[in-house]
Amino acid sequence: MANPSVHGHGPDGPPASLGPATHHPRQQHHFYSMGQQLEASILGMWVFLVTEVMFFGGMFMAYIVYRNMYPIAFEASSHELNVTMGAANTLVLICSSLTMVLAVRSAQVGSRMGQIVNLILTILLGSTFLVIKYFEYAAKFEHHLVPGPNFTPELPMGSQLYFSLYFCLTGIHALHMVIGIGIMLVMLYWAIKGRFTPDYYNPIEISGLYWHFVDIVWIFLFPLLYLLGYHFNGV
Amino acid sequence: MTTAPDRHSYLDAPYGLKAWLLTKDHKRIAMLYLISITAFFALGGIFAAGIRLELLTPKGDVWTADTYNKLFSMHGVIMVFFFLVPSIPATLGNFLMPIMVGAKDLAFPRINLISWYLYIIGGAIVVTVLAMGGIDTGWTFYTPYSAIGSNTHVTLAIVGVFVAGFSSILTGFNFIVTVHRMRAPGMTWFRLPLFVWSMYATSIQMILGTPVVAITLALVAAERSLGLGIFDPKLGGDPVLFQHLFWFYSHPAVYIMILPSMGVISELVAAMARKQIFGYGFVAGSSIAIGVLGFLVWGHHLFVSSQSIYAGMVFSIITMLVAVPSAVKVFNWTATFYKGSISWESPTYYTIGFMGLFLIGGLTGLFLATMGLDIHLHDTYFVVAHFHFIMVGGAVMAFLGGLHFWWPKMTGRMYNEPLAKTAAVLVFVGFNLTFGPQFILGYLGMPRRYYSYPEELQLWNVLSTAGASILGVGYLLAFTYLVYSLFYGELAPANPWGAKGLEWQTSSPPPTFNFDEDPVVNEPAYDYNPSGREVHVG
Repeated sequence: MANPSVHGHGPDGPPASLGPATHHPRQQHHFYSMGQQLEASILGMWVFLVTEVMFFGGMFMAYIVYRNMYPIAFEASSHELNVTMGAANTLVLICSSLTMVLAVRSAQVGSRMGQIVNLILTILLGSTFLVIKYFEYAAKFEHHLVPGPNFTPELPMGSQLYFSLYFCLTGIHALHMVIGIGIMLVMLYWAIKGRFTPDYYNPIEISGLYWHFVDIVWIFLFPLLYLLGYHFNGV
Repeated sequence: MTTAPDRHSYLDAPYGLKAWLLTKDHKRIAMLYLISITAFFALGGIFAAGIRLELLTPKGDVWTADTYNKLFSMHGVIMVFFFLVPSIPATLGNFLMPIMVGAKDLAFPRINLISWYLYIIGGAIVVTVLAMGGIDTGWTFYTPYSAIGSNTHVTLAIVGVFVAGFSSILTGFNFIVTVHRMRAPGMTWFRLPLFVWSMYATSIQMILGTPVVAITLALVAAERSLGLGIFDPKLGGDPVLFQHLFWFYSHPAVYIMILPSMGVISELVAAMARKQIFGYGFVAGSSIAIGVLGFLVWGHHLFVSSQSIYAGMVFSIITMLVAVPSAVKVFNWTATFYKGSISWESPTYYTIGFMGLFLIGGLTGLFLATMGLDIHLHDTYFVVAHFHFIMVGGAVMAFLGGLHFWWPKMTGRMYNEPLAKTAAVLVFVGFNLTFGPQFILGYLGMPRRYYSYPEELQLWNVLSTAGASILGVGYLLAFTYLVYSLFYGELAPANPWGAKGLEWQTSSPPPTFNFDEDPVVNEPAYDYNPSGREVHVG
C-alpha cells in the first residue's frame, strides 16, 4: 500500500511527493497539480453529460412508447417535416463539430489565431442552425401543426403527440444550442485575451465536449423525427 | 457565534454576511444548507401537524377538504424535495466528503455554491406558491389531474422543484468527481470511509434519476402552460407513462434519502463500538448494489396502474432483492457491535433507534412488494407508515445521529449530553407511536389522503396524533440545545469520541483548507484495533 499510484489514482492523481514546486497561476488552490485539475474538469463534464443523456432520455422514452402506440400517426406526421432543412442542419452541425475540435486543438498547440478563427466559425455555424430552425418552426405555425386548439390538419390520432414531442425535443435541443453559443462567445473572449496556453486549456476542452454532445443529440433527432416516414414506406 | 480568538477555523476566517453568502468553502456551504433545510423541515412539520390535527376526529372539522389536500401536498413537496433529498448529502456530505478523502475542498467549489443558490431559488418559488394558496396534486403530481384538472399553482410549483432538482444534480456531480479525483495520497478506494461509499452511490442516483423527473415535470408544465399534450388521454397520451417516468426518479429518490443514512450509521457504529467495521467490503458493495437495484424497481408503484402482470412480477422480485444488500448492512452493523466496547453516547442512541426503525420499515416494504398483498394495502395508511419508517425513522434518525456525532467537529462546541439522550428517546418513542398505529389503520383499510374516516378507526388516529406531538417535542428539544450549544457549549476537543478517520485528525472546527498539513493515509479505515490485516477487495 506504499505506492498510491497503484491503488486507484490515475497517472494524473495526486503525486506521492506533496506540494508541487511550481504553482501555475491558473491552478486553483484545492488541487495538487494542473494535471489533477484538468482530469477533474474533464470528468466533471462527462458526468454532467450523463445527466444530459438522462434528461433527453425521458423524452426519448416517451417517443419510443408513443411511436409504438401510434405508428401510423407518427409516419404520417413525419412526412410533414421538411427533410431538406433537417438534412441541411445536420450538415451544419457536423461542420461545427469539426471547427470546434480544431479550436480545441489550436488551444492545445498554442495557436491563438486558430482558436479565434475556429471559434468564430463554430458560432456562425451554430447560429445558422438556429436560423434554419426558426424557418422550420415558422412553417409549422403556418401549417397549423402546433399542438393545441389550432392543430387542424387531417392527421390520425396520436399526431398531436408526435408534434408535442417534436417541439419539446427540438426546442430543448435548440435551447442547448443557444447556451452553447453563449459559452463559445465567452471562450472567444478568453481566446482573444490569450488566456489559453498549451498547459491550460480546460475551459475550451470541456466546452468542446458539451458542443459535441449537443451535436450528437441532433444526430439522433434527425432520423427519429425527419426520416421516420421513409423508414416505414421507403423513399 | 463566539469562538476563542487563538483558534483559526473556517468559522472565523473572513467574517460577515458577504463572506458567508459568497463563500466557496464546502464547510460554510454545508452550514448554509443546514440552516435552510432546518427551516424547510420546520415548515413541512407545520403541515404535518395540520394533517394530524384534522385526523384527530373522524369528521372533517378543522380544515375543508380542499385545504386538507393542499396540506398533504405541500407537506410532501417540501419534505421530499427540500428536506430529505438534500438533508444528509448537502449538509453532512458537503462538510465531510472532502475532509474524509483528505482534500482541501470539493472538486468544484463554485458549483457547490451555485447548488445552494439553486436550492434557495427553488425553495423561494415553492414558498411563493404556498403564499398564493399551495397545490393540491399531492407531491407526486400525477397526471391527468396535475396537467388538466387542478386549478392550483402547479406550474410554478413544478418550476420550483425543477430548479431544486438541479441543485441536487450539482451536489451529486461534485461528489463523484471529488471521490475520483481528489483523494489524498494513500487514500485508496478500499480505505475510504463507508460514508463516502454510500454518498458515492447516492450521487450516482442523483445524477441519473433527477434529470428524468426534471424533464417529466417540465413536460407536465408544458402541457399546462403551452397546451402541448404528452400525457393527455384526449390526444392519445398515456398518463401511466407519466407514472413510469416519475417513479424512475422518485423510487431511487427513496434510496437518495436512505443510502446517506446508512453511510452515517456505518460511521457511527464503528466509532461507538470502537471496532473495525465487520465486513467492510460487503458494506461498501451493498451501497453500490442498492444504488443499482434501486433503479430497477420503480414498477412496484404501478402494481394497480394497469401495468402488465408479468412486468409486475419482475418488479416484485427485484424489489425483494433490495432486501438482500439492506440486510447485509444491518447484519454487519450488528456484528460490529458484537463484542465491541460500546460507549452509550447520544449518537449511539440514534444508531440503535435507526436500526430498529429501518428494520421495520424495510420488512414492511417486503409486504408491499408482494403483488397480491399490495392490492389490499395500496394507497392505504400502511404505505404511509412504511415510507415514513424509512424516510423519517431511517433518514431523519440517522441525520440527527450524524449531526450529533459531527456537531463538535462542525461547530467546535459540545451540546448537553443528557438532553441529547432525552431527545433521542423522545424522538424514538414519538415516532413509533405516530407511525406504528398507521400500519394497523392501513391494514384495516383506511386510505391515505382522505380528511375524514369511519369512527371505529379513531382510537388509532388519536394514538398517532399523540405520538406526533411527542415527536415534535423531541425535535424541538434537539433544536433548542443544539442552538444553545453554539453560543454557550463547551469548546470541543479535536476528537471527542476517540474516533478514527481523517476528519478527527484536524482541529474542531477545521481550518479553512481542512488540514494544516496535507494528509497522507497509511492505514485502513476504522483501524481501531490494528492487527496488521487490511481488507483487500479490489
